[in-house]
Amino acid sequence: MTLQDLLPARGFQYNFAFIDEGAKREVRRALLKAVALPGHQVPFASPELPIARGWGTGGLQVTMSLIGPNDVLKIIDQGCDGSVNAVNLRKLLVATTGVRTTFDSREATLMQSRHRLPEIPMTEGQIAVLQVPLPEPLRLVEPSEVETRRMHAEGDYARMWVSLYEDVVQNGSVSLSWGYPCRVNDSYIMSPSPLPRWDLHMLHQAEHLTLLGAGREKRVYAVPPHTSVRPLEFDDLPFTVENFAGLSCVRCGSTDTFLDEIYDEETGKSFRVCSDSGYCDLVREGKIRVRSAAHA
Amino acid sequence: MHDETVLVAARNIGKTWGPECEECRVRTGPEQGTNICPRCGTVVALRDISFELHEGEILGLVGESGSGKSTLVQCIYFDLDATDGRLFFRGCEDGENVMELPRIQKRRIRGRLMGMVYQNPLCGLRMDITSGANVAEKLLEADVFHFARIRARAGELLASTEIPAAYMDAFPRVLSGGMQQRIQIAKALANNPPLVLLDEVTSGLDVSVQARVLDLIRELQRERGMSMIVVSHDMGVIRLLADRTLVLKNGCVVERGLTDQILEDPQHPYSQLLVHSTL
Amino acid sequence: MGYVAVQGGITAIENSQKLNRYLRLRGSSAPVSVAQIMDQMGPLVDRVMSEGGLYSPFHAALALKQASGDPLEASFLLRAYRSTLRRMVDSLPVRTDGMRILRRISSAFKTIPGGQVLGSTSDYEQRILDFSLAEETEEAQRAAVRAFAASVATAAGLPDAAPLEPERFRKVVSNLREQGLVAPSPLGDPGPPTDITQESTAFPLDRSGRLQMLARAETGGVLALAYSSMRGYGSVHPTVAELRVGRAQVRIPHPFRKGEAVALGSIVVTEVEIVASVQRLEGEETPTFSLGYGACFGHNEVKAISTAVLDRAMKSPSPKDPAEDQEFVLLHTDGIESSGFCSHFKLPHYVTFQADLDRLRDMRGDRE
Repeated sequence: MTLQDLLPARGFQYNFAFIDEGAKREVRRALLKAVALPGHQVPFASPELPIARGWGTGGLQVTMSLIGPNDVLKIIDQGCDGSVNAVNLRKLLVATTGVRTTFDSREATLMQSRHRLPEIPMTEGQIAVLQVPLPEPLRLVEPSEVETRRMHAEGDYARMWVSLYEDVVQNGSVSLSWGYPCRVNDSYIMSPSPLPRWDLHMLHQAEHLTLLGAGREKRVYAVPPHTSVRPLEFDDLPFTVENFAGLSCVRCGSTDTFLDEIYDEETGKSFRVCSDSGYCDLVREGKIRVRSAAHA
Repeated sequence: MHDETVLVAARNIGKTWGPECEECRVRTGPEQGTNICPRCGTVVALRDISFELHEGEILGLVGESGSGKSTLVQCIYFDLDATDGRLFFRGCEDGENVMELPRIQKRRIRGRLMGMVYQNPLCGLRMDITSGANVAEKLLEADVFHFARIRARAGELLASTEIPAAYMDAFPRVLSGGMQQRIQIAKALANNPPLVLLDEVTSGLDVSVQARVLDLIRELQRERGMSMIVVSHDMGVIRLLADRTLVLKNGCVVERGLTDQILEDPQHPYSQLLVHSTL
Repeated sequence: MGYVAVQGGITAIENSQKLNRYLRLRGSSAPVSVAQIMDQMGPLVDRVMSEGGLYSPFHAALALKQASGDPLEASFLLRAYRSTLRRMVDSLPVRTDGMRILRRISSAFKTIPGGQVLGSTSDYEQRILDFSLAEETEEAQRAAVRAFAASVATAAGLPDAAPLEPERFRKVVSNLREQGLVAPSPLGDPGPPTDITQESTAFPLDRSGRLQMLARAETGGVLALAYSSMRGYGSVHPTVAELRVGRAQVRIPHPFRKGEAVALGSIVVTEVEIVASVQRLEGEETPTFSLGYGACFGHNEVKAISTAVLDRAMKSPSPKDPAEDQEFVLLHTDGIESSGFCSHFKLPHYVTFQADLDRLRDMRGDRE
């Protein structure tokens, strides 16, 4: 099989993985710098793509810069391979690379995701690429880019902590839900992308590499393997995850996964299903041993 | 530093605004009665300020507006970058000049060793967060991340500056000027800094409120023994608080000594003017 | 769930695309041709070229056809297409003082060297809906064109014929500059401009970067912010020193003959120079007028004036109003970025929402 075989037969002759080699090199250079400075946002030029800004162009450019013909690709959105946007991105990548795809997270070498990490922890040799709308965690307290850059440079994070303090005073606990700010490598504060709290522990001391791409904001950043990622928490108010106590997935019975809240189209009744559709399928097909379940 | 009781030492601190020329030095100062160089328009806000501050001592800086007293304190607190001179803190950076340090280190020194109270509460407080949060910010800067402890300490500090507990979660803008100054004081004391800087802290307040705030400051200093630098144009305030005093005019020190001595027997004509016009 | 959902997703998208195509083509009217859009929807084509950042009336018109007339969507198509093109060479700076004038006015002076050329403008049209246009026929169209040609005394009267001598139209700002009323141009070579499409940029952005971002900004966005400055949230009360619309030559360095240039063709540009409030520059004794500059592809006067106002506003040494804040103006006026982010909220957000629900339920003490 040659590169020529992988390209579409007619219409535009796109480069392998769509963007040109020069653009790929620029992204990879930025990624190397990002890996060398865990949690630090590295600017890159982010050219336009046929996909709208805000719809995953950052993650896509990272994936396009790394993907090779032998990669196995998984793309999910909200944890699901079938989500309309994931389907669309997969179409574009397969059309421009011809790579093999999978729904089983264990098989993927490259996994691009919007807002979730797979329930099965990723391992060495796998790369997670997360789509990021707003890379700047300090935007919560400061609108100016010039000022947030200075705050990171000087380790001046007091205002961020003060907003958490005020949150606890007003609400009894930190009410931040998704995209919870984390301290990476005891250094920079980073936004983990809009992941639920549920997923954050999987970034901490992980075996895999996590790359985060924000196309519209033109930044990439990274969490290398074996790096500490700690959500900002007060010493006496430990960080908690979403509470699914007493709930289970109606499809596979799992009681220890992040569960989507679904409303039946006909009856209007609510029930729960694993957000990670790939994991749910594997449990149902008996391909993996479930960690804990409501029924065998 | 040689003398172990010296906490802070300043050597030839200068601050200018403008292009500077050869004539600035000779054509500005207390003799010429101006800060502005007639040739190049440079403002010489401070020139050759040197002093030593001992542990537990209160140093007064007195002079009219334009004398450079606020500028000096802003240079010490790193709000401004001095143009010339060196500053030393005991136990800091192995006796190195702290003015040359990168901002990130200056920030840490400031958080650990200094507290500042500004004349205008808008400069020292953030109006978009509660009083408690204003104090908490100082604690968080010093890496205190225990919520209950932050709460307790903030409450304790606000109580020590006589702010009712109910106002801990109130925003500064609903409180009076006197209360806002007290929050600033509480915030300045948060990390038990060895040095507290007070820049015209009572100048904007009613006379009766002034007296109470000054009493509070005196009491807190007696209890905790920190060093202070007190800036005022009011000789009465200086007399009340300061052990030693520097008299500034047009950016230079024209007289220095024990406050009592200056009050009793001022030497420089300008000091005489100040002392004799004190109510 | 995975495979079924994927299949369902693909089918839904494909059906949606079929529906889009149907909606673009249904009805009893004849298909709109790209030529018709180019010929009869000039301002719209110009706007798309400007916001897409690519000068090509044909491609802009094609994008408009594909987008059924939606200018944001068409600009997006053009930008995406632009990013697939190879950059061959950088042109020499375009000399607008040598442009073939199609329109040229100044509000600063009643008469100016070279004269005021009204040209084609809707400024003085009465905005009365013309119902006869609903019945316009091809014959009527051809007759009108012939009549116009006959009515002008010489062929030189037709737009796009032999140009008026460029040297006739000396820039109004040059006159002001000679009199010292406007700051002199900075001396020396400013160096190559920033290329916002190829380099990563950071704030504060240099002037070439700011002007580039404004050149491809969305017309409504820059208009709103400029309006805020003119109206009260700011201090820019502009006088239009000069507004010119014309054809400017695009030249590149000659590939073999060093020191020479070769012209590739010309593009229509709109250029505005405004004079705003008096300023005293650092180190200068005498006060001068401050300037603002705006330019864009095609004929788009509202955009050019607005960007000139914003250029001036962003030079303010102590920004306090939104239009003076570089980050505020430049980060929020790119139509492709803003509409993309706006639209992205239609994507599934049920995981993040579940996270929000969890927090709220926790705070309220209710659980299922």
